[in-house]
Amino acid sequence: MTQTTELCDLSIHAALEQLRQGAISAVELTRAHLERIAALDGRLHAYITVTAEMALAQARQADERRARGEDAPLLGIPVAIKDVICTRDVRTTCGSRILENFVPPYDATAVRRLREAGAILLGKTNTDEFAMGSSTEHSAFFPTANPWDLERVPGGSSGGSAAAVAAGCAMGALGSDTGGSVRQPAALCGIVGLKPTYGRVSRYGLVAHGSSLDQIGVLTRDVRDAALLLRVIAGHDPRDATSLDAPVPDYVQGLGDATHLRGVKIGVPKEYFISGIEADVESAVREALRVMEEAGAQLVEISLPHTPYGIPIYYLIATAEASSNLARYDGVRYGLRVEDADMWQTFFRTRALGFGPEVKRRIMLGTYALSAGYYDAYYLKAQKARTLLRQDFERAFQQVEVLACPTTPDVAFRIGQKLDDPLQMYLSDVFTVSLNLVGMCGISVPCGFAKGLPVGLQLMGPPLGEDLLLRIAYAYQQRTDWHTHRPPLWTQVSAGG
Amino acid sequence: MPRLSLQEVEYIAQLARLGLSDAEKELLCEQLSAILEYAATINQLDTDNVAPMTSALPLRNVMRADFPAPGLTPDEALRNAPAVQDGHFCVQAILE
Repeated sequence: MTQTTELCDLSIHAALEQLRQGAISAVELTRAHLERIAALDGRLHAYITVTAEMALAQARQADERRARGEDAPLLGIPVAIKDVICTRDVRTTCGSRILENFVPPYDATAVRRLREAGAILLGKTNTDEFAMGSSTEHSAFFPTANPWDLERVPGGSSGGSAAAVAAGCAMGALGSDTGGSVRQPAALCGIVGLKPTYGRVSRYGLVAHGSSLDQIGVLTRDVRDAALLLRVIAGHDPRDATSLDAPVPDYVQGLGDATHLRGVKIGVPKEYFISGIEADVESAVREALRVMEEAGAQLVEISLPHTPYGIPIYYLIATAEASSNLARYDGVRYGLRVEDADMWQTFFRTRALGFGPEVKRRIMLGTYALSAGYYDAYYLKAQKARTLLRQDFERAFQQVEVLACPTTPDVAFRIGQKLDDPLQMYLSDVFTVSLNLVGMCGISVPCGFAKGLPVGLQLMGPPLGEDLLLRIAYAYQQRTDWHTHRPPLWTQVSAGG
Repeated sequence: MPRLSLQEVEYIAQLARLGLSDAEKELLCEQLSAILEYAATINQLDTDNVAPMTSALPLRNVMRADFPAPGLTPDEALRNAPAVQDGHFCVQAILE
């Protein structure tokens, strides 16, 4: 292994220790990641924009701060940001032609908090256009490859963030999760992905997709790193009226060092172990359940009876909200404008050329669900069904502390496999959408392999149950080594580049 | 549920101010029909006495203290505009 590979293999917590001891510098760490991006990203396409010079300047500042005796929670740690999250003076495209040249004049609150904690921004990662997709193939620019098999998708929509972290091209990353877009790519790339409770992390500066569902989450290679990042970005923000004014626990300290789960009641929702789930995925998740039981947890079979309605409810509500949110792209204040005969025609032409097929499909579906004559039958009905789904979870959390299930019904699929069949693509979100609809939190952790590809175990928790999820995931991780496996391409980087 | 007609697709596209080619309209007739047919499975649910869930949070009318704070400068606000004139967003004439 070259030194670059070794530096890029460090966890965030291990790197912080070495930075604090002076064993490595932020410049070395950042340069190693930039070199690795240069070597691998031609095959992965995880990044839309790499901010090499800015990153090195930030790294030099981090080293200077340390030399002055200063410290900060992430001082000198290079991370990546999904390109639907605004970064001041750095192009933020949302994977769309319509925002191809958009340079935000402000930072998202989550990004500002990362910067203030000393993190270094390596660049902006690829995403399905406006985070609408489950494979990152709906990026207007290029698809991203899964580091475990370059012929397969990394999942989506935070596929660029997941691929970058899984390949050692970032130590951690921000993603956004509207229906599973952090947890699903984390599962398919063999890393950790955490979606916090709705309102736990400020949405200020996250380009809106489904406003009642969107939440910024973190992608890392282990659970402790997820706790470190969440601790920095979580908390109330006056700039997001839906952010929760609740204290932020010390998620890292909360991990403790216990490897046992004595006294923890884990619900196993039977609707998440249905026919159609890949057999090797199911057995990997069953084995994870056994490990947790062996650690002292009590497994309780639970029913979430409205689970089969999750996908239809989600795709009505998410598209309705998206169709409204995306009305702002009219070519007036920012973004693409394609002029036509008059203002009216300019709207149509700008949006025709600026949006890709999946975004158009969702705008159409959402507009239909909200239109006169169909509002009650689709949108209002879906909102009522959403109440029933939430009641399922509320009942479950009276009986158990967390729920455990697969993150996805199958491993990463081939690039192109589901592109022409939108309904099949939507169905791949079957185990993740409910959590967004009910507004609760979830984490996906690596729990094995099926057909040589990573499998994710999903833990779902009640509102503000992130500390509990992290503690349980950490105990599981202590008893397994799945998070230490690296994709074959890991060592395919030659010395110096 | 019957297949969406071309006229319905065109009407929805008008509402959404979305230009579509003939081929896109054809494809959307087919795809939206299939998706809506699947979505209609929620009609199996009895929701007669169920209140709609509009938010995951029990929040209402969040207000902030009324004090001035710096926002974007005009230059920052206009920086991404496709066309600017005299410190304003510039659009095509909308009145004859």
